[in-house]
Parts: sequence; C-alpha cells; structure tokens
Amino acid sequence: MARKRPARREFLKGGAALASGLTVGAVAPADAQSPATAPASPASSSLPMHRDTKDEIAYGARSKHVTSVRIPHGGRPTPDNFGLTFHVASPLQDQVGVITPSSLHYYATTRGSFLPETDPSQHTLMIHGLVDRPLTFTMDDLKRLPSVTRLHFIECAGNRHSPGHKTVQESHGMSSCAEWTGVLLSTLLKECGVKGTAKWFVAEGTEEVKGASSMPIAKAMDDCILAYGMNGEAVRPQNGFPLRLMVPGFEGIFHTKWIRRIKLVDRYYMNYNDYGHLDQEHHEAALAYQIGPKSVITFPSGSQRLRGRGFYEISGLAWSGGGAIRKVEVSTDNGKSWKVAEFKGTPQRMAFTRFGLPWNWDGSETVIMSRCTDELGSVQPSGAQVAKHFNKPFDKSFSVPGLNNTIMPWHIANDGSVTNGLTA
Amino acid sequence: MGSLLRSLSLVVLMGATALAQGPTFGLGRTPSPEQLRAWDISISPTGDELPPGRGSAKEGAEIYRTKCQGCHGAGGTGGAAPILKSKMGPETDTWARGRVLPVRAPFATIVWDYINRGMPLNREGTLTADEVYALTAYLLFLNQVIPEDQVLDRESLPKVKMPLGADEYASLPDWKPKTRRLKDYPF
Repeated sequence: MARKRPARREFLKGGAALASGLTVGAVAPADAQSPATAPASPASSSLPMHRDTKDEIAYGARSKHVTSVRIPHGGRPTPDNFGLTFHVASPLQDQVGVITPSSLHYYATTRGSFLPETDPSQHTLMIHGLVDRPLTFTMDDLKRLPSVTRLHFIECAGNRHSPGHKTVQESHGMSSCAEWTGVLLSTLLKECGVKGTAKWFVAEGTEEVKGASSMPIAKAMDDCILAYGMNGEAVRPQNGFPLRLMVPGFEGIFHTKWIRRIKLVDRYYMNYNDYGHLDQEHHEAALAYQIGPKSVITFPSGSQRLRGRGFYEISGLAWSGGGAIRKVEVSTDNGKSWKVAEFKGTPQRMAFTRFGLPWNWDGSETVIMSRCTDELGSVQPSGAQVAKHFNKPFDKSFSVPGLNNTIMPWHIANDGSVTNGLTA
Repeated sequence: MGSLLRSLSLVVLMGATALAQGPTFGLGRTPSPEQLRAWDISISPTGDELPPGRGSAKEGAEIYRTKCQGCHGAGGTGGAAPILKSKMGPETDTWARGRVLPVRAPFATIVWDYINRGMPLNREGTLTADEVYALTAYLLFLNQVIPEDQVLDRESLPKVKMPLGADEYASLPDWKPKTRRLKDYPF
C-alpha cells in the first residue's frame, strides 16, 4: 500500500517500450527512422482508460490492440459442413518466446470432430490388456500421483510448407509448444504391471470417432505423459480436456486427446488411424512417427515488410522429435553462407527453441533461411538433399517422406516485402 | 563391509520388486469384467474382441439407405462425407485406388471397428452388432471385395481377403529412444 507510485513519465516510457516490443513480430513493425509522435504532457491523462468488468477481473483478457488469431488450415473449413472441427493453425508470426498461448495453440482432430464436453469428475482412464492388474483412474487419482512438468511441442503431420503458402501461419502453423503437466505413462503402467508380451499400446479418446492409434511400448515407457495441465491451467477442451496423451516428438495424431482408455497389446492393432498411417515403402513408414529436426524464421516471414535498411534481429523457432536442439544456423544470402544463431533460453528436449541472429539489412534483394541440428546429430535438410538421399528427382512430383522438416526460405525484395521463397 | 553387504542386498531386493512390478501407489480401481467388456471396442486383426452377430450386404444396403446415405451419398459416393466406394475397380493397383476405408484397409476388422466406434455421426454407439456386420458386408460388396450374399460374423470377418495383402505395405519401425528415425538417414 505504501509503495511509491512510479512517475507518470516513466510509466509512459515503459508502456511505449512494451508496445513496441509487442509489435516486433507483427506484420508491419514500426519504422524506427520516422519521428515519434509528440508525447502527451507528462501531467495529462489523455490515454483512454478502461474500467475492468467483473469478468475481466476474474479471468484476464489480452489488449484490444493485440488481434492475432488462429485460422483454418489446408483448405477444409473449421467448422466444416457438419459443424466439425478439423485443423486450425497457430499464428507463429506473432508468437514471442517458446510457449504458444493456450488460446492460440494449434489444434486438430483426426477425422473431424465435435469437442467432448467432459465433466472431469466423471472422467476415467482405463488401462487394460496385457497387464497384471487392469486399473481405472479418476482425475483425482491421477493428480495424487507423482507429476512431471515439461515443455513439449506438438506438430501435425499435415504441417507441410509449399510454395503457395503466404505466411508462416499457413506454412508452419500446425505446430505449437506448451508447458504440459501430468503423470508419466510409465508410472501408470508400472502400477498395472506390464506383461512381457506387450509390444504396442492403443490409446483412445472420447470424441465421435474415438480416435485410436497404436504406438510402441518402448515409447510408453520412455517419456509419454498423461497431461491434465497446460500452460499453468487445466488442458483446454480443444487440446483434450480433461486429459490428453503427450507422445513427445511423435506426429501430432498420436497425442490422443480426451483420452479414456489405453490397451496394451501384442501387435500393431490396425486401428482406423493406423491403417491411414501405412505406407508402401519402409523408409516412409519409418519416418512417419518421430519428427526430424525442423526450424523456421518467424520474423521476418511471409507477408511481413521490412521498413528500410538497418538493424533487425532475425527470430525463429527450432524443434525436433529427436531431442534437444543443439545448433541453429541462419543464412541471409540464400544459403551461400551460414552463421550460428543465438539461443533464447536453454533448449529443452522435444520443445520449441527460440533463436535469434542480429542482422543489418543493406536494402538489397535476398533470401533468408534457417537450419537446425538436434542432439542426435540429425540436420534439417533442404528438399533437394532429401530427394538426392533417396535417388529421386527433385521436382513437383517429389514429396518429403514423413513429416516435412525441410528448410524454409523467405524471399526479401528491395522494397522490404517478404514472400515465400520456395520454388518446388 | 557389513553395511555394504546390507546395501547390496537392498539393491537386489529393490531390483526384484521392480521386476515383479508390484503396485507402488495403490491408486486406481480394478474394473469389473463387465466394464472391461463394455469399454473394449478395439478390434484386432484376429477379431478376438468381435461380439456375436451376423449380416450380409443385402441387409446392409437397407440399413445404409436409412442411416448412412444422407451424408455418404447413394452407393457410397456423391455425399458431403468421405466417399466409401473407390472410383477405380480391383484391376487398379490398391495403393492407386485412393484412401477409401473398405479398399485400403488390410483387414476387414478395421471397417467393422470404425463403423462401430464412430458412426453414424451424432448417433455413435446406436448400431447393433448385426447392423455393423451388415454395413461392413455392404461396403466390402460395393468395392467388389466380397460377393453380395456372403454373411459376415465373428468367424468369417477376420478371414476376408482384402485387396491389400499383408506383404503389400511396409513393415513398421522398431522405434527406440534417443535413436535416429531411419538407419543411415542423416536428416
């Protein structure tokens, strides 16, 4: 109560700094070279003032000046003809740091679905099949067990950048990162006792199609989480309230939302999701679980504009299903030379890592891009490198096997406009 | 020395406990056999979990007209929902016939499982086992997988020979932690 109020002048200065900080990733960053508008008199209160409503006091909202939103992804609308949710992409161009706000986290359903409205007091998780003791856990049971809190990205296999994408939201927005809290699946499986014949497990949700996928038991015992917490609060319904499975580094479809049942089995169970995952070639099948090292520059990125030559910090995100990111390199000369970028914070395993590179743009046309290396030593490739590896021609017919983790170039024109730099 | 022996035997004891995997926390309830049966809707390729019941394509066609056609269209095409009849016949390579469930699925149990768990939209779980057998038969007949008069039940369904043989899709990866996705693949 006795705290000294900061001088209004300092308050205004702080507010201005905050405001410009928030626009760093926005489509049209403020022009540093234009004169600032005349500041209000330090003694005046000319700023419009807002009176908090009771609802806003209870649960905060963002500024009305921040308008970043998600968009339906990939052509099929959400809601679709039946009112079903399909795929919705996150505005990565506006994200700062590594945590995607829950309200902006990408979300998807396996075949289109409504969102289950689950009363958590009625929700249970059943674990059965090749176990010594089948068990059913209530949400209260799960919250009593030892928990973990980890940053993890989730990415949809449909997150495939192509030349037609105008923004990083269109090209890469089916990927997001949050802080997840829950119980390790291995903790629950040890409680049930895993039989030696268990090789796979089937995870099933409560949505219309009760989406079910088969996953290797080795993954279950390694790092899967039954998550009830997301970014400091309960998992949002769009992301699986009250409980979802996290399968760190695997394609998004495996991260079973609204999970109600896990069955341990002796074989790949050929669920609906599984049959959709079958491939003709061994390498295609092998690459369709764990996601390779991937990165993208989010500023400057497609549809943004540089307002004149001078200093910019290039900023972007890197992640890998193979573990932590070890290195990110950025090229500002169309891949001729590469500079090692700086990490913003400590890279976590299977999580977004924010990187930055100081850059003085000389005002001439160029192409910028990033590539990353993960803890396994795997390197993010170009599409041409992948085609060459499989002895295939790199043309329009070529499709990167598994989730497309290739390098994303952004073209910068003389006038500072940024566009998709992919040609094939 | 004595304390070393004691701690060694403790380690051995702990190891034995871990192997036996006794419950550590004592939380969770044991589901009843009835609850397990009711919840276990995963149908394996061997059909172990299939319930009793039977149906043929003729019966399935009737059910399809009243419960499926509104979204999926007459004869499995032309509706707003995904198509259920491949535009290409059995003379075409199965992989080229598109991702149509009753064609691409390597086991007929997948068709039964999906209809049972996910259809019809908004009325999931209302089909009887007989109806699911009949609808599965109808979709397989539509795609020239089985003849119109074949009866499907828990014995015959897993034995249906699907267009995609077990040797016509790639083996599944043997995933291991902290390992590259594919041997000799540097990306």
